[in-house]
This record gives sequence, structure tokens and C-alpha cells, in this order.
Amino acid sequence: MGLTAAASPASLQAANGVRLRRRFFDYLGWFLTVLAFLLLGSAMVWILVVVFLRGLHALNLTVITQITSGYGGGLLNAIEGTLILALGGIILAVPPGLAAGIYLAEFDSGYLAPAIRFLADVLVGVPSIVIGYFGYVTMVAGLGWNFSVAAGSIALAIISLPYICRTSEMALRQVPRSLREAGYALGAGDRKVVLGICVPAALPAILTGVLLALAISVGETAPLLYTAGWSNYLWTGHLIKEPVGYLTYAIWAFITEPFSSAHALAYAAALFVTLFVLVISVLSRLVLDENAGWRRRHQG
Amino acid sequence: MSFRRFVALLGSIVGATLIVIVAFLALYAWPAVRLNGFAFLTDNNWNLGSLYANPITVHGQQIMPGAHYGILFLIVGTLLSTMIALLIAVPVGVGAAMFLAEGVSPMIRTWISLFVELLAAIPSVVYGLWGYVVVIPFLGHHLFPFLVEHLGFIPFFGGAAGSGYGLLTCGFVLALMIVPLITATLRDALVSQAASLHEGALALGASRFEAQWGVLLPAVRRVLIGSSILATGRALGETMAVLMISGNALNYLPSNIYAPISTMASFIVSQLDSALTDPTGMAVRSLAEVALVLCVISIIVNGFARLLLYYEGRQSAGVM
Repeated sequence: MGLTAAASPASLQAANGVRLRRRFFDYLGWFLTVLAFLLLGSAMVWILVVVFLRGLHALNLTVITQITSGYGGGLLNAIEGTLILALGGIILAVPPGLAAGIYLAEFDSGYLAPAIRFLADVLVGVPSIVIGYFGYVTMVAGLGWNFSVAAGSIALAIISLPYICRTSEMALRQVPRSLREAGYALGAGDRKVVLGICVPAALPAILTGVLLALAISVGETAPLLYTAGWSNYLWTGHLIKEPVGYLTYAIWAFITEPFSSAHALAYAAALFVTLFVLVISVLSRLVLDENAGWRRRHQG
Repeated sequence: MSFRRFVALLGSIVGATLIVIVAFLALYAWPAVRLNGFAFLTDNNWNLGSLYANPITVHGQQIMPGAHYGILFLIVGTLLSTMIALLIAVPVGVGAAMFLAEGVSPMIRTWISLFVELLAAIPSVVYGLWGYVVVIPFLGHHLFPFLVEHLGFIPFFGGAAGSGYGLLTCGFVLALMIVPLITATLRDALVSQAASLHEGALALGASRFEAQWGVLLPAVRRVLIGSSILATGRALGETMAVLMISGNALNYLPSNIYAPISTMASFIVSQLDSALTDPTGMAVRSLAEVALVLCVISIIVNGFARLLLYYEGRQSAGVM
């Protein structure tokens, strides 16, 4: 009290200056953070507007009912190829990915689990073109499979593996310990407890991880360029020695051609791919949030 | 076989994949590694040689006469574009994370966070399409000439404004692709910090911004560093978007920030077709060496970032 009363006008002024400066930096700081957010938000809007407006403009029945011919026609072959490659990759990646996830979550002891976890996390960061070139060197050229569904699917499986592994691990770790203890107490073995109790309990989250891997596979281009090749025709069922088309190739290859029919196909392909990826991303986010919320409410 | 061992065996495929990839790339690239030597990284000359002549033997390897493989321009292009992307992405990512963590109510936080974090879900080739169709004309015709005119006195900002394909365009688009990684990780870390930190700062008289900037952000600095390194790894290996907007320069070192470049990842795509015309196969093996170098760099970068984030996770788990 006495101190304030004795304060000279000069120190009051200084305190005022400090307050003004603090308030100024406060406003400046918040302004810059809002600016950063708006920058990202507007870029997102810009991309979506370009893809959706031009994509919808290019859309018609031919696009989904006809195969590609020259720089026109439709994308039926590419839509079919994308689905085959992505599903093939998922079918190949789920068994080892899920097994690794189970091992990491349930049997996390010794050196193997940390090693797998570390290698999986590093594998996520390996550029997809490196995996594509690896596929070219080993399968396309080395084994003589040529551009094929098998080579493309395996390349996509390699990309999906770490995602499926890590999301399954996270999902299984959310399962309450008491469920496992109850299982073991009733005399169930490892296999019964994991496959009969933990995996079913974590299934929504595990499936979400698989769906995310599917979305990533659908959006990939680089690993497929030199493993799957490109084809204007529908797949005839050969796993090797038959190239196959896919949507992301159409985006890359057709936008640089000088024909408006080619551009239309590229925009339509971009619309399909973006829509698919965004819908799955939003859905999976909802499922995971719901899941986390459920755990929080029920575990206190 | 016990269930545990079966799961371990099947799951080991995930870890073994990375080792197999490196091993096969190294094995395939080995003749090229021996032929090119260390100059591969320091020479600025990628030349398939005379493809119509008869192959000659150099160091016991068959190559086309005049063939030379040096990728300095790729290393420079990769590092510079990544550096520009980081210079843009880190401040923007930190700002957006602070805004999302503290500037908006938790009710809408999930939704608007999701909106910007979906930037990470958009496929690389769609970024390429967007960059090729709308960003390059805009930058090439409007922004770059403007920058040259008004900021040309700054080193590397002057000179020819170019066509829009090039280093700065790559930096912009790469920054957008990696920002969500930084923002999402950092926002999570900021929100999950102990409430006592935030409340303590407020009790000492800090404003909400000062608490974020001066107390919470320093507390999560290791997460920021780790996620920035992960983002670096992603930018280093980005292929399709860079392929479509970089200008794919060959044997050319950029003279300013508008100059066309090429990166290791996009070079592999753009050059495989022509490399296949080399009857000795050395060009394809040298491309495998590019892939190997890129792979090793990304393993080092990602491994370092992961170890840092593991350490951080263990530390914060210990504190709580």
C-alpha cells in the first residue's frame, strides 16, 4: 500500500508502458496465430473448390461406364484397377499387420516388440517412390512379373503394413486389462483371450485403421507407376504380366496432355480419389473419437 | 507352435520389410555404387552417354561411352525445397496449433482441427494437380514478378522470375503438405499438458497468450522438434506433387528461388523410362542408387525423430 502511494510518476509511467507493451504483444500474438490458421483453412478451401468444381463439371455417365480410349472415353478401367489394387494390398497387409499389432500390444516384452515398433515407425517414413522402385527392381524386373496386379498390390501392402500394425496396437491397448484378466482367470489361453476377447472388443478401431490404410492406398501414385503400369482395358484376371489402370495415374498423366477431354478425365479422377479419401478420413476420425470418448466415460 | 510365437513370426514381416527393402536396393545398386564412387554425390552431371555406341568397360563395369552419374543437383534441389518448406511450415504450424489449442472453444475445436488436418489426407497427386492448374499460373504471372520487382534486392530473390515451376513453388506446396503433421502433433501435446502448468502461469499474472507462448510451448519443445523432423522426412521424399510443379531441371543448380529444380524422389519417376534405354542397365542401377540414398536419408531422419518422440513420451509418462 505504502509502496504504491510513494510510487513516482516516472515508475507509474514505466508500469503503464509495460502494460501497453504486453497488451500489444498479446494482440499481435493472437493475430498471428489466427492468420496461420486462416492460411491453412483457405488453402484447404481453395483445393477443395478446384477439385470439386472442376471434377463435378467433368462428371457424366460415360466416365463411370466406359473404358479409356486415347485421351477420352471413361475411367471404368481405372476405377476397377484402383479397387483391385487397394483391396489386394489390404488383403495382403492385414494378416501380418494385425499380427504385429497384437504382438506389440499383448506380448510387449523383450527386444522383438520395440524393434518391430521402431522399424514400423521408420517404414512409415520411407518415401513411397522408394517402395515403388524396390517393387520394380525385385518383382517387375527381377522376377519377371512385368507391370501387374501382383506387383502393384504388394507395393501397396508394404505401404499399408505399418499403418495397420500401429493402429491395431493402439486399438488393442484401449481394451481394459480387466477383460484379459477375466479371460485368463476362466482358463482361456493366449489365443482365446486375444482372438476371442481383445480383438472383438477392439474391432471398430482396428477396422478404422484398415479403412485408413485403404484410403492411403487409393491415394498413392508413386509406388504404382513402375509396378502396376497402366492399361486402357478392364482387368482380365491375370495376377502377373498384365498391367492395370488406376485413378491417380489418370490424374497425373492426363492433366499434362493438351486435350480438354484428357483434362476432364483427370479432374473426374481427382474428384473420385479426393472424395473417397476425405470421406474415409472423416468417418474414421468420428469412430476413433467416439471410441476414445466411450473409454473415457467408462473408465473414469 | 504357441500362439505367441506364431504372432511374433507373422508380425516380424512388418519389421523385416524395411530391412529387405534396404538390402535389395543395396544389392541391386551395388555395381553402380562401385562405379560411381563418392563422386555420385558431389558431381553435377547425370549423363547416360552415347546410347548408340558400343558399351565400354570401366572399373570392370560395362557402361555406355560418356556415361556419367552425378546427382549433386538432386541433393541441392531436395535439400533446398525441404528447407523452404520447413521455413514456412514450422511458424505456420506452431501458430495454428496454438490457435486450435487455446484460441477456440473445445466444442468446435475437434471440427475445425479436423478441417485443417485433412490437408494431410489429400493425396500427393491431387496437390500436384492443384499446383499445376492454379498455383503455378498465379505464382508465375503475379506473385513471382511482384517479388522480383519489390524484393529483388534480397539475395536469391532477384533475377528471372521464371514460369512458376520451381523451387519456391515446391516449397509452398510442400509446406502445405507437411504443416498438418506439425499442427496435429503439437496441438495434441499442448492440450494434454498438465492443467497446473497453464493455471500456474495464469496465477502468476500471465495472459492466456503469454501462458501459451512462454510456458506451454517451451514445455512441448521436444514434440515440436520431433514432429518437425518427421515433417522434414515427408518433404524429402515427396514425389508426385514435386514432379508436377518443380520444372524437373536436369544437371542445373538453381540460381534463385524461382529456378526450376528436381528432387531425388521425383527424378526417379521422371528418368526411369529413359534409363531403361541404356542397354548396359547401369542407368537403372544408378537410379536404384538414388533410391538407396533417399531411403537411407529418410531412415536416419525418421529414426532420429522417433527416438526423440519415444524419449519424450517416456519422460512425460514418468512425470505424470
